[in-house]
Amino acid sequence: MYTYKYRLVAAWRRPGTQYTMSTAVDPLEGLASQEYKYGFVTDIEQDTLPPGLNEDTVRFISAKKGEPQWLLDWRLKAFRYWQGMKEPTWPNVHYPPIDYQAISYYAAPKSAEDKPKSLDEVDPELLATYEKLGIPLEERAILAGVAVDAVFDSVSVATTFREKLAEAGVIFMPISEAVQEHPDLVRRYLGSVVPPSDNFFAALNSAVFSDGSFVFIPKGVTCPMELSTYFRINAMNTGQFERTLIVAEEGSHVSYLEGCTAPMRDENQLHAAVVELVALDDARIKYSTVQNWYPGDKDGNGGIYNFVTKRGACRGRRSKISWTQVETGSAITWKYPSCILIGDGSTGEFYSVAVTNNHQQADTGTKMIHIGRNTSSTIISKGISAGLSNNSYRGLVKIMPRAEGARNFSQCDSMLMGDRCGAHTFPYLEVRNKSAQVEHEATTSKIGEDQIFYLNQRGIETEDAVSMIVNGFCKEVFRELPMEFAVEAQKLLSVSLEGSVG
Amino acid sequence: MLRISNLHASVDGKRILRGIDLDVEAGTVHAVMGPNGSGKSTLAAVLAGRDGYSVDAGSVTFRGQDLLDMDPEIRAREGLFLAFQYPVEIPGVSMMYFLREAVNSIRRYRGLAELAAGDFIRLARQKIQPLGIDPGMLKRAVNEGFSGGEKKRCEVFQMSVLEPCLGILDETDSGLDIDALKVVSEGVNGLRGPDRAFVVITHYQRLLRYIVPDYVHVLANGRIARSGDRTLALDLERHGYRWIEERSTALAAAGT
Repeated sequence: MYTYKYRLVAAWRRPGTQYTMSTAVDPLEGLASQEYKYGFVTDIEQDTLPPGLNEDTVRFISAKKGEPQWLLDWRLKAFRYWQGMKEPTWPNVHYPPIDYQAISYYAAPKSAEDKPKSLDEVDPELLATYEKLGIPLEERAILAGVAVDAVFDSVSVATTFREKLAEAGVIFMPISEAVQEHPDLVRRYLGSVVPPSDNFFAALNSAVFSDGSFVFIPKGVTCPMELSTYFRINAMNTGQFERTLIVAEEGSHVSYLEGCTAPMRDENQLHAAVVELVALDDARIKYSTVQNWYPGDKDGNGGIYNFVTKRGACRGRRSKISWTQVETGSAITWKYPSCILIGDGSTGEFYSVAVTNNHQQADTGTKMIHIGRNTSSTIISKGISAGLSNNSYRGLVKIMPRAEGARNFSQCDSMLMGDRCGAHTFPYLEVRNKSAQVEHEATTSKIGEDQIFYLNQRGIETEDAVSMIVNGFCKEVFRELPMEFAVEAQKLLSVSLEGSVG
Repeated sequence: MLRISNLHASVDGKRILRGIDLDVEAGTVHAVMGPNGSGKSTLAAVLAGRDGYSVDAGSVTFRGQDLLDMDPEIRAREGLFLAFQYPVEIPGVSMMYFLREAVNSIRRYRGLAELAAGDFIRLARQKIQPLGIDPGMLKRAVNEGFSGGEKKRCEVFQMSVLEPCLGILDETDSGLDIDALKVVSEGVNGLRGPDRAFVVITHYQRLLRYIVPDYVHVLANGRIARSGDRTLALDLERHGYRWIEERSTALAAAGT
């Protein structure tokens, strides 16, 4: 391991130089580029790129995926943007500086090389891991009718129901495959909502994204099932940079579920994802997330840094994009799923539950940009803080001059558990059209001892009582989630807040 | 069923109960009356195990066990029910869900099978009907937006579903109009039986016309100043609390 590190350091000093790694470890099969022949650590069942980031890293990832030139150029451009950008300091979160050269930018599970065609071909160990996470892939897929495009570290390893979806004309596949099979679609929409230069983390993601999901719903099609992707960061010291792109053509409907979880590690791990949604005339996209990345231990050691850019463009008339998120994990969350309401009469929604406990920090919210006429948006945010955590809502509602008749309703409620946590609200309103109606409501409450006692007196123990009260507080958001997710979200909340009262 | 001996309790260092002795047998109804600040609600809170009340001396046994040693939810599961003077709102939690959780927590504790959703709904409908409550209330959030009267009726409804051994009613009559008072009283009377006891805390004699007690106790300055049968309540109606309070103050001054 040490040797590779050294050689990579050398590579940074002399960019463009070709290196051949020592033969102590077998070179990976199927490596498209002969120019960049890096060794891989196969003895730990992972093909891992050693830590470090430079243009060669970007070229390597692109070559590994056999990408066309345009995509490599796109990545390199993003990388150059990134080099000139500074990490944002405005979020209300605190963490030691991240050493971007100490992160490994590519890790793929071994079995991915063989491209399993069905679940039977998937590494049983991998399936067992999903099992432990409570995602019995087969049963879940069959019983719930959910197509799961499971992403393990960086490469998609199992895709189900793809054929059934194909019958309906729906494309649902790893974005790396979509680049090969539907290059025109990917090229048309990739970066069209979140351009590589958008922000520091989006630029980083654009340069090094390894995989993610691509969804395309053709005109007039209602996707026959809920689409679901489970992300998981497994390897130590690897950042995960997935990229998701969903395009819903005229009159189409799709509901997409994203679940995230990561095992315990002492180190902090970086997760910088980008999600782009495009809705054309009368299209509807519902995007639901249950995020349960490892939050770190009770003393604030370890945990995921979750710096994510999610944005949807309602390009068509009467189109609708709805974000629902339940955020219980991560040491630090920096995330603002947003809607750009371009089409006249388009609608954006944001329903969020963010829970922080112990030393977790969350700065999350949304942006609703009203550009078209008669556009409307709804923001319902529920923040729950416990332990020593800090939970901030940050939201922008912007009404542009042409957005005649725009309407927004925002409601931000915070619940505090204990007296050592913090809840903060940063609403930004920019209204440039006099006909706009903008409403903002905010409340802060402490979880009531009298409420807990009332439930105790009916035979319900304190942990169940807390969970009941908190779930009630979050009800307006949970009812937006698909059924099986709502149940999972409620369980997650109870687990996250365990021991925070009484 | 319930035996309170020499119970002393304080709140924030302030002594409220100063030696309560009370025996409640199964099948009986005890009314506890007294002026404001005499300790009636403190007694209810201490029995139910509310936080912030410290028991300084004395003992309470409930069905042969040390009540004060139990957590509030265990007291409930053992069969103690408190109808709250101010029922608490729990936004977003439906009455149906809450009450089913309560029923099943208690059933689990007693080693009984949990009630399935369908069975519970049948039970709830059957119990809600005589109380004149709109069954639509089951779908509403617990006590949220309920009128004062609705909250009190709902407490009695919960009691009839949970079927406790001991029901403590903390000023359930306050804020009720006469019709609601009758309905609530009928609900309580319907639950009376040889295995069940009630402690009815009230400021006014009015309620006792409908829930006829076997015993009446008058609380003053943290003690039971006087006990008797239901005629004591009528005396109080006529003379007010003053004559009992004066007597009890004199007793306290004498240091007994």
